[in-house]
Amino acid sequence: MSLTVLSPGPLATVQDAGRGGLRHQGVSAAGPMDPPAFMLANALAGNDPAAAAIEFAGFGGSFRAETDCRIAVTGGRIDLALPGQKGVAGQAYRLRAGEEVRIGAVGGATWGYLAVSGGIAIAPALGSRATHLRSGLGGLDGRALQAGDVLPLGAFDPFDPCLAPAVSAPDDKEGPAEIRVVPGPQDDRFSAATLARFAAEEFTVTPQRDRMAMVLGGPVLAAEGGHDIVSDGTVPGSVQVPGSGRPLVLMAEAQTTGGYPKIATVIGADLPRLAQLPTGSRFRFVPVARDAAEEIWIDSRRRLRARLEALRPKPEGTLSSHYLLSCDLVGGIWPPEEVVWQS
Amino acid sequence: MQAEDHTPRLLPSGEQALTFQISEAVDEGANRRIIALAAALDRAIADGEIAGVTERVPTYRSLLVRYDPERIRGAALGEALLVLHAGLETGAETGRLWRVPVHYGGPAALDLESLAGEKGMTPEELIALHSGAEYRVYMIGFAPGFAYLGGLPEILHAPRLPQPRQLVPAGAIGIGGKQGNINSVAGPSGWRFLGATPVRLFDPRRADPFLLEAGDRVRFEPVDAAAFARLSAEAEAGSALIAPEEAA
Repeated sequence: MSLTVLSPGPLATVQDAGRGGLRHQGVSAAGPMDPPAFMLANALAGNDPAAAAIEFAGFGGSFRAETDCRIAVTGGRIDLALPGQKGVAGQAYRLRAGEEVRIGAVGGATWGYLAVSGGIAIAPALGSRATHLRSGLGGLDGRALQAGDVLPLGAFDPFDPCLAPAVSAPDDKEGPAEIRVVPGPQDDRFSAATLARFAAEEFTVTPQRDRMAMVLGGPVLAAEGGHDIVSDGTVPGSVQVPGSGRPLVLMAEAQTTGGYPKIATVIGADLPRLAQLPTGSRFRFVPVARDAAEEIWIDSRRRLRARLEALRPKPEGTLSSHYLLSCDLVGGIWPPEEVVWQS
Repeated sequence: MQAEDHTPRLLPSGEQALTFQISEAVDEGANRRIIALAAALDRAIADGEIAGVTERVPTYRSLLVRYDPERIRGAALGEALLVLHAGLETGAETGRLWRVPVHYGGPAALDLESLAGEKGMTPEELIALHSGAEYRVYMIGFAPGFAYLGGLPEILHAPRLPQPRQLVPAGAIGIGGKQGNINSVAGPSGWRFLGATPVRLFDPRRADPFLLEAGDRVRFEPVDAAAFARLSAEAEAGSALIAPEEAA
């Protein structure tokens, strides 16, 4: 049981929930740039939300199933070319052994995910399958995927249904995005005027971005207290301000310690949204207090779990027993023969 | 050395981490307290007194603690850390000692001759100074297993290169400002390099992928090119080569 990579998109890597607990040894977690989208792809494919899947930047590329399986793509508006039909991101599809899927450009976002039923079952490195490109760790030989790579799949029930959300997610608001941050830990290195500009002016997403960091365009920020600190710990979301004055946000694969002052930290609920902003997007940082940010995080986890639990079997031409059981046949909304023919 | 004020500051690093900071400088006393605090936190977690901590990262002068807000709130965690810190008893405890073989020569001795020249000494004198000191692992960070070492003799302090080199091999032994290091993985670096150890501080193929921990002690022991080649082959085959001497 496997999936063959025919033509991967840029920065296509195997990712799982990440390699936790090793930051004190200099190893950041890696894992997906947009964890909610990654978890949704897995859930749609019938996997544990933390199973290994493929992340890509910009567009997905082509893949061939070597076994009957289900796939799901998430991350943005993405068109899929499947045998005999077109598909979209956000719901699962079946592929028969030998069939191919072409995954197009990521519309309105940056990072996409391809989950396959069973999950990608390559050998873990230090307890995780997540690819850490910078240190060549995990994934497939610690590198991005290449044409011809064959990815083994874990066990799954081929008769499980294809899933789709019961209700579609609301569209994002128009206008410059608002990315919430908790000030600090080194906000005291900056003057009140600089902190005010940080919270008032618009920043832009520049092409200088990868799985380690996003370098921001917009206002140049001087650290009146100096741009060098004795190195201390960093986290994904740390907004560092080096001597150039151009802030950069540390991401999934960033170094674990750093010697630049950190003016603020992007909150966990908004870091995936920042990661997904297309290059050139404008946004503003909005400071929130730590305690309020914790409430936002707890609420976002609750919503995400509810969203993953609210998936429903898709109507399919060939019905599975799961699908029939999911239909309210007893309630008599549709006679069974009508259910059988809808697809 | 003046007495240091180690009054803690609790600095939020977002809503899932906080930085417990007791100094803004490179300060051995602060580093000892931070490493002791990390150990005290580990014990409190093992004893079930603190839940919801997902990771802790000791650095020169602060402890980064990551947590799950669904299990513990930052305010409560900060209070618990203050209590642990107030109860710390740090004295003259010493960390494990690693004797690290180094070949002061070969392709990684990129700056040995020039640095000796700058310091007005022979390479042999520089090697004797560098291998005569005992170093302290202040922190592991930047890259997997990368060790920042304090204790470099002052006469060997040397500024970083203005233009970093693109690729310095794993195992290279360097000097960056007041600090020493052991390069754990190959990569770019602006540090000045004197040679290399065959020891791999990080090798994911080994049962124990990492060797050093913050708070350990390091001594460098010169080996010749033949020994370096033999030990490198053993390291390539998966041997850690060295084991620590436990603190008395």
